[in-house]
Amino acid sequence: MKLMLEGVTLAQGAFKARYDLALEGPAVALFGPSGSGKTTLLEAVAGLRRCTGRILLDGRTLQDSGRGIWLPPRERGIGYVPQDLALFPHLDVEANLGYGLTGGGGPDLGAVAEALGLSKRLKAGPERLSGGERRRVALGRALLARPALLLLDEPCANLDVGLRRQVAALLRRMHRAFGVPLLLVSHDPAELRSLCGDVALIDGGRCSGVVTARGLAAHPIPAARRPGAPPRRLPVPAVAPWLEAMC
Amino acid sequence: MDPEELRALWFTVACALAGVGLVALPAFGLAWLLARRDWPGKSLLETAVALPLVLPPVATGLILLKLLGRRGWLGGWAHAAFGWDIAFTWRAVPVALGAAALPLMVRSFRVALEGVDPRLEQVARTLGGGELRVLRTITLPLAQRGLLAGLVLGFARALGEFGATVVLAGNIPGETSTLALALYRAVELGRDDQALRLLLVSIVLAYGALWMSERALGSGRRP
Repeated sequence: MKLMLEGVTLAQGAFKARYDLALEGPAVALFGPSGSGKTTLLEAVAGLRRCTGRILLDGRTLQDSGRGIWLPPRERGIGYVPQDLALFPHLDVEANLGYGLTGGGGPDLGAVAEALGLSKRLKAGPERLSGGERRRVALGRALLARPALLLLDEPCANLDVGLRRQVAALLRRMHRAFGVPLLLVSHDPAELRSLCGDVALIDGGRCSGVVTARGLAAHPIPAARRPGAPPRRLPVPAVAPWLEAMC
Repeated sequence: MDPEELRALWFTVACALAGVGLVALPAFGLAWLLARRDWPGKSLLETAVALPLVLPPVATGLILLKLLGRRGWLGGWAHAAFGWDIAFTWRAVPVALGAAALPLMVRSFRVALEGVDPRLEQVARTLGGGELRVLRTITLPLAQRGLLAGLVLGFARALGEFGATVVLAGNIPGETSTLALALYRAVELGRDDQALRLLLVSIVLAYGALWMSERALGSGRRP
């Protein structure tokens, strides 16, 4: 997967952001402190937030304001799991999972439910699910729509250490089983080291560089930030470390 | 109840239903524009929609009369195109009742739509949902109780409409006479028994409609 953002400019009240970055690999991430604009950027990639500039995914133009191109979210083929998961409260697990099901060659609902350990919960409403089950439903729902890229906003936020490990392991398993590229948002270096290759450093509405997840600790945010500077590209391993470890 | 009173009763209920039906879609459209979109001039439209709530109903009736009278912009067109007269005929009654119900319906619909988390609609779009599918499968089911409450509240408001109806439709017994107009007429003519019967019927109808509206809202509240 290759995601390119060129001069992507967006504003929300007093917050103004401009992003130039390129991320490549099976699992990449946006890293930065709270309020640095990571979620805003994710929403721009998903087409949920209007912005100017160019966004390309695997060479396909998702938007190019100079040429008047803007694909609506449903045509981008980008899955999105927001931090609050946004499960449809009036639909049971099965209907939530199947909402984006397109049919024709993709993973079927039963297989995904099985892989996520949700087979016995298909008729339950979201309000009857545990926190972990809710995350799994949100992940399965996005995977079943067969996205070309899956955006995950803080997938391990507000979880204790044990659950965090479980969710990270689940993401690795799903990534391997369904082969969907991931773009994660996080402010936890440990989480990223276990999941990702390329990591874009985001702070104050800018991308101050792209590093490897392994090298993250060596590039603390304030030191890496150079407002207005073009994105810095540091050596990136061909395969994400965690994938390497599994092979 | 004598036949004239019974006629006023069913005529009122039928016209209130027709009036609510007439404005339901425009009210939903306005509520959606106000709840889901930001655009210049939004507050002007917001105020204009709420205006009939505070204007004297007679003034609302006069505006409608200027629009729908035979020399009015819409009334002249309806007469030329279909040979229809609207003002001072039965057709004016659903229009006046609908106009009275519109602001309350827009408000209720707007609250109902604002109660639906836009993030759910956004995620549905990323899952391949087009605007109509998202509206049908996410927005409407989640807002349905509030929307239903708005419809019933609009119906209740329409049942009691007087000022706009009397200006636009006149008070023609057997033609445009609603419960409110028949009640006024009975009081004016000193028919106390008839006035009392119409009063009781009006109270029962209005109470029932309001109760249903509250019930629709109440059972929709999440714990």
